[in-house]
Amino acid sequence: MPAQPEGGERRGLSRRGLLGLAGAGVVGAGAGAGTDRAAMALASGGATASTVHSFYAPHQAGIVTPAQDRLHFASFDVADITRPELVELLWDWSDAAARMTAGRSAGEYGPADGPYDAPPDDTGEALDLPASSLTITIGFGPTLFTSADGRDRFGIAARRPDALVDLPAFPGDALVDTLVGGDLCIQACSDDPQVAVHAIRNLSRIAFGRAALRWSQLGFGRTSSTSRAQATPRNLFGFKDGTANVKAEDTGLVDDHVWVSPADAAAWMTGGSYLVARKIRMIIETWDRASLREQERVVGRTKGTGAPLSGGEEFTVPDFSATGRADAPLIDRDAHVRLAHPGANGGAMLLRRGYNFVDGNDDLGRLNAGMFFVCFQRDPRRQFIPIQRRLAENDAMNEYLRHVGSGIFAVPPGARTGSYVGAPLFGD
Amino acid sequence: MSPRPSALAAAAVLCVLPLSACTPNAPTGGDAASAPLAVTSSADDCAVDATEAPSGPLSFSVSNDTDQVTEFYLLAEDGLRIVGEVENIGPGITRTLTVQARPGEYFTVCKPGMVGDGIGRKAFTVTDSGAEIRLTGDLEDQGEKAAADYVAYVKDQVGQLVTATASFADAYRAGDDATARSLYAPSRAHYERIEPIAESFGDLDPKLDFREADVPEGDEWTGWHRIEKDLWPPAAADNGGAEYAPLSAEDRNRFAGLLVADTGELYDAVHDEGFEVPIDSISNGAVGLLDEVASGKITGEEEIWSHSDLWDFQANLEGARVAFDGVRPIVEQKDGELATRLDARFAALERRLAAYGSLESGFASYTDLSTAQVKELADGVNALAEPLSTLTAVLVG
Repeated sequence: MPAQPEGGERRGLSRRGLLGLAGAGVVGAGAGAGTDRAAMALASGGATASTVHSFYAPHQAGIVTPAQDRLHFASFDVADITRPELVELLWDWSDAAARMTAGRSAGEYGPADGPYDAPPDDTGEALDLPASSLTITIGFGPTLFTSADGRDRFGIAARRPDALVDLPAFPGDALVDTLVGGDLCIQACSDDPQVAVHAIRNLSRIAFGRAALRWSQLGFGRTSSTSRAQATPRNLFGFKDGTANVKAEDTGLVDDHVWVSPADAAAWMTGGSYLVARKIRMIIETWDRASLREQERVVGRTKGTGAPLSGGEEFTVPDFSATGRADAPLIDRDAHVRLAHPGANGGAMLLRRGYNFVDGNDDLGRLNAGMFFVCFQRDPRRQFIPIQRRLAENDAMNEYLRHVGSGIFAVPPGARTGSYVGAPLFGD
Repeated sequence: MSPRPSALAAAAVLCVLPLSACTPNAPTGGDAASAPLAVTSSADDCAVDATEAPSGPLSFSVSNDTDQVTEFYLLAEDGLRIVGEVENIGPGITRTLTVQARPGEYFTVCKPGMVGDGIGRKAFTVTDSGAEIRLTGDLEDQGEKAAADYVAYVKDQVGQLVTATASFADAYRAGDDATARSLYAPSRAHYERIEPIAESFGDLDPKLDFREADVPEGDEWTGWHRIEKDLWPPAAADNGGAEYAPLSAEDRNRFAGLLVADTGELYDAVHDEGFEVPIDSISNGAVGLLDEVASGKITGEEEIWSHSDLWDFQANLEGARVAFDGVRPIVEQKDGELATRLDARFAALERRLAAYGSLESGFASYTDLSTAQVKELADGVNALAEPLSTLTAVLVG
């Protein structure tokens, strides 16, 4: 995908001038600065053909975009600010996101330029790195519309979409307060972990005083493919994951299951989607002690090829009626693949975009490992919630899982060139 | 407890390899298995890419080229006795069978559709490689004895559980909370010793042993932990911010009655004449008990109000030890090193846990242990559970 001109840049420059953060002369110098990441990378000759995903698009990037290898996800609490200040934050984030996804610096000067007595407006760790398929996806949590104590801080409570529900408690939930919720979220995905971290770091910095990090998560090794061009990766259980995921090429499915349509309530969300994130700790020590027979029974697929236990190869449709010895089903009644399958959920599907994580180890010397599950959908009330309820009650895999973190966010449509993410919500 | 009660039940159905199907041979241990022989099960043949192999560990990699579920058998010289089998191979899927083969004449055969005499029966010769394979002869009898002993153990524990539960329920109903609290953990020990068996009866474990967080929305929370919470009522801060409302006398009666009734159901189930425990379920149950410790007790999640997790830990460990001791004579003949290692690891963990009490004299509260102490116990659980997890493969392989 070719880079688009950054519509936000001009506005960013003019706004910066208006805000008096830099003198006119300095702006002129900055505009011609040669320290942009893309330029540096080219100059050093080290840049390969790095993919650039345009920030300004009808849908936000980072949803049907072929899943990158790395994730940095962040949830934010918005400070006690006004509606215009919130809009200003979304403008600033959008401007910076447009620059960074194009392989440029977060600010217009870059990390090695600008006023010598001012701190650089980009932190610099991505200076020599290409765009690396970076996508930045911004979402709005339920508490942005109505705060936990019931206040309509930004005059948008009435515009909260019905589909943006508070997630119910699921059986077996072991949620940790510090890993739940958030007013805003940013999903940064990239093929280079440093580029993803750079994005969240700089966007957090831009937000200081207006929004503060609530919780964040690094992920490596995508656990789903979102395009037929991608091989199915493996999760930390060692199994292929997301074989039956909604793929970008299935445009009909994507329209039906991922994008909010004009027919759905909350017109400002048209072309958007709903993101549900779950931090799922895997008890890998006990999993690793389970026999191969048990592991395949729990998943319902072979560990090697990922074929359903009813036969075939990875992409063969599972035959849930197939039986083996003593007429027992080949795919167990509690197997993950059976319970998660659209056929068991009234046809409901999710576009999954999860990542593996290992956050060091816990006090007991166990790897603090698992999956940071991210999914996108048109309506969580018909998709994630009933599917997860079914899994939480019956999935044989639950013995090896703990859901410790959770969040739900409305992801508005993409920003128009020269506008910002969420403009339709605020009537801009 | 585990919120997935059916795991063992399913394993018992799907995983049964009758002992007669297993090689009655003892490996010398330590030999790297040679490359598997490829077997292709097709509509009209059961092609094996060799007609002979040296004695010792022998693997067949069986691919199913038919459009039916197939099976593969290695039969003894008489063409009847099953030396090794692999079942439930879906179309297009490949599965491996590993046996300890001693020199002799055998037959290989596939059974697409899982009925009839099979297709493509062929003679197969195992030549003498000189590898030492000790004949044991009576392993089958030992397996049957182990299974019978274990069933008797389960019945005895559930019998004691019924008595202990009745006393506990009486005290709780009568409002004698001090007595009920003193009986809680010792009574549960009988349950914790045989927990994987209780879990194998679909809906009994959820009724008896679910924690509050395990209960699906709309279902009523019953069992031991419901009463535990009432006997050790939480402060509001530990109860999601809400003041805990004690159960009424009427509710006490009802929950105590359900506990007694559901325990009675468990008693009936294990005294049913059809109740049996296959040998692989005994060994898998031992691993399951250690997993229970690793995922619930060692983290203090199981007894979140009474903090009597170490009692459960001890009972789980005892149950695992009984299961292991029952099959130990077989393990000793098949893999003596494993038996010795498990002896040592069991003893080490038992010693560590004994530093905090005993079922007779009582255990320290989980909350009294330092993080370092808990970690030491967790390390001991891993040290035991890792070799223990290979037990089933040794028993049935």
